[in-house]
Amino acid sequence: MSGAAVCELKDVRLSFGKVKALNGVSFSIQQAELFAVIGPNGAGKTSIFNVLSGVYRPQHGSVSFGGESILGAKPHRIAKKGMARTFQNIELFENLTVVDNLMLGRHHHLNYHWWEALYWWGRARTAELQNRRKVEEIIDFLEIEGYRDLPVGMLPYGIQKRIELGRALAMEPKLLLLDEPVAGMNAEETEDMARFILDIRSELKIPMILVEHDMGLVMDLADRVMAMDFGTPLITGAPDEVQTNPEVIRAYLGPMSEAAVAEVAEEVSEEAQ
Amino acid sequence: MTTPNTSNIGARAYPTAGKPRPPRGRALLRTSYAQDMALLNTPAKRWSTLALIVAGFLTPLLITDDLLQVLTLGLFAAIGAIGLNLVTGYAGQVSLGHAFFLGLGAYTAAVLGGDAEGRLLGLGMPMYIWLPAAGLVAAAAGLLIGPIAVRLRGLYLAIVTLGVVFLGLHIFREANTLTGGPGVGRRAPDLELFGINFSASGGIPGVDWTRDQQLFLVALVFLVIFGVAARNIARSGVGRAFSAIRDRDVAAAVIGVDLTAHKVLAFALSSFYAGVCGALYYTVVRVIEPTSFDLLLSVQFLAMILIGGVATISGAIMGAIFITALGRIAIEIAHVVPFVSSSVTGGGLFNVFQLEGILYGLLIIVFLIAEPRGLYGIWIRIRNYWKGWPFSY
Repeated sequence: MSGAAVCELKDVRLSFGKVKALNGVSFSIQQAELFAVIGPNGAGKTSIFNVLSGVYRPQHGSVSFGGESILGAKPHRIAKKGMARTFQNIELFENLTVVDNLMLGRHHHLNYHWWEALYWWGRARTAELQNRRKVEEIIDFLEIEGYRDLPVGMLPYGIQKRIELGRALAMEPKLLLLDEPVAGMNAEETEDMARFILDIRSELKIPMILVEHDMGLVMDLADRVMAMDFGTPLITGAPDEVQTNPEVIRAYLGPMSEAAVAEVAEEVSEEAQ
Repeated sequence: MTTPNTSNIGARAYPTAGKPRPPRGRALLRTSYAQDMALLNTPAKRWSTLALIVAGFLTPLLITDDLLQVLTLGLFAAIGAIGLNLVTGYAGQVSLGHAFFLGLGAYTAAVLGGDAEGRLLGLGMPMYIWLPAAGLVAAAAGLLIGPIAVRLRGLYLAIVTLGVVFLGLHIFREANTLTGGPGVGRRAPDLELFGINFSASGGIPGVDWTRDQQLFLVALVFLVIFGVAARNIARSGVGRAFSAIRDRDVAAAVIGVDLTAHKVLAFALSSFYAGVCGALYYTVVRVIEPTSFDLLLSVQFLAMILIGGVATISGAIMGAIFITALGRIAIEIAHVVPFVSSSVTGGGLFNVFQLEGILYGLLIIVFLIAEPRGLYGIWIRIRNYWKGWPFSY
């Protein structure tokens, strides 16, 4: 873990009226790092993603990506800089086929103008063919060959999650934001997804931010974990360190005595062995 | 396992050299992405399209002039319907303002191409100027409406575009020197291209064709050009971005689709098609009457894409021909069914115009309930049946 940070948040504050969604969040992502964000519902995990991808604009703080400030930039500009994300509730274009969804991931790699699309022959056709090849590589990578020409809305949930990951990968991102990639999945599908995440890290070397409630997955995969509650970061550190932190345990289980917290921490670390 | 990020495409054996062909006897086996992405990617599609075009060019020789005129109007209307389908079907921006853009196109053509010495303002320009101008003026108006769509969506956008129709109607009524005023109107320009006046019988040298035969031919050629262009837009990145905005606009933005640019582009393209449609359509009707660009016309175009098939080009064409022919169909029914009178004053339960209105409403209701994919959906069902024939699937 050396060199400049891929992405850095400094003291980011976001509020909706009097609700403080994010209250002084700071962290930075290193090259090829898998950074996980955990916390109870409403802790502000998805808000971080929305700030990063430009859907929300924080009132205070700085957000930089690839060495430039992206504060207040429009989502499509940030996407073009190389930020890709998946959504907690699948946000695929359900009337389009799998190929078209993935091709949309390559939207900013298409280098022709709309008037060239009118007559198709020439640059439009060449660009479409080249990008189709890239899309086929992703289809290959995620093992979804059989679903290629089907409308996404018809496909099973686990496959849709995989296609959403594919759409993000198609962007050839420099940073990948995964918002609950295994939510609502069975054990087998979770295992598949974990394998893809590991493959992305080892083969594609894309740094990732992972928001996930499946603690087993988070603790197994993440390099570093940040725990949050009510928009405030509690602790950032190695998975086992975060797991046994009294504040984190209280955030999940409610106020409890020192002794009870110690008991839970012991249980958690035993389980992790 | 391959890695999407590496760019050593050449290292893998992609079948790109030369022009790959499906192996003999395996017409559906594709050996290149180009084959898969081709517009007509099966032999059946290629042959049926060829047959359809040949049949189209033979039509003027086969059917009577009055029927030809109905079809010609249908073909020209199809250009407008394709335009509406781009913005409403593909990009999902409901527009009730189509009539206004049609009117803009029709009047731009009439003013630029109109008689220079006539009663109303006319510049006597040739068709290769007034036709693109009709499209461009409408597209410019579309560019102005487009940004509104960036702020509003769904019903709210529909209401704003509804307002555009009423504003337009008022302007068309009041601008007497341009439009001739309500109840009077003005003449549409002649369709005169490459020195051939298609609007006058015997215009094509060598063949003794009537006006209706010639106009049908022109309509067919224009529809093929505009249809193919729209189909290309639909299958390109632009069309995919339109669909992405329709399905999930936030997700579209996050993966890199510029929402503003694409919404504005959708409106501009759609309006261009509408402008061209307005200009061409009224060369067949001959007289442009300002009150005809009302809400009903917009609704008619919406009906075309609903009944034809939302977000399909062929559906828009089928719907346009069907809706334009509805008046004629009503008359034919009146001849057969005793209680429908063929005149306004005649006896019977109701007259043809009322029958047309009833058919209209019924068709929209029936299609929305029974086959939301429209005529295109019916075609898909027929096609799938024959694909598997004699097996059920």
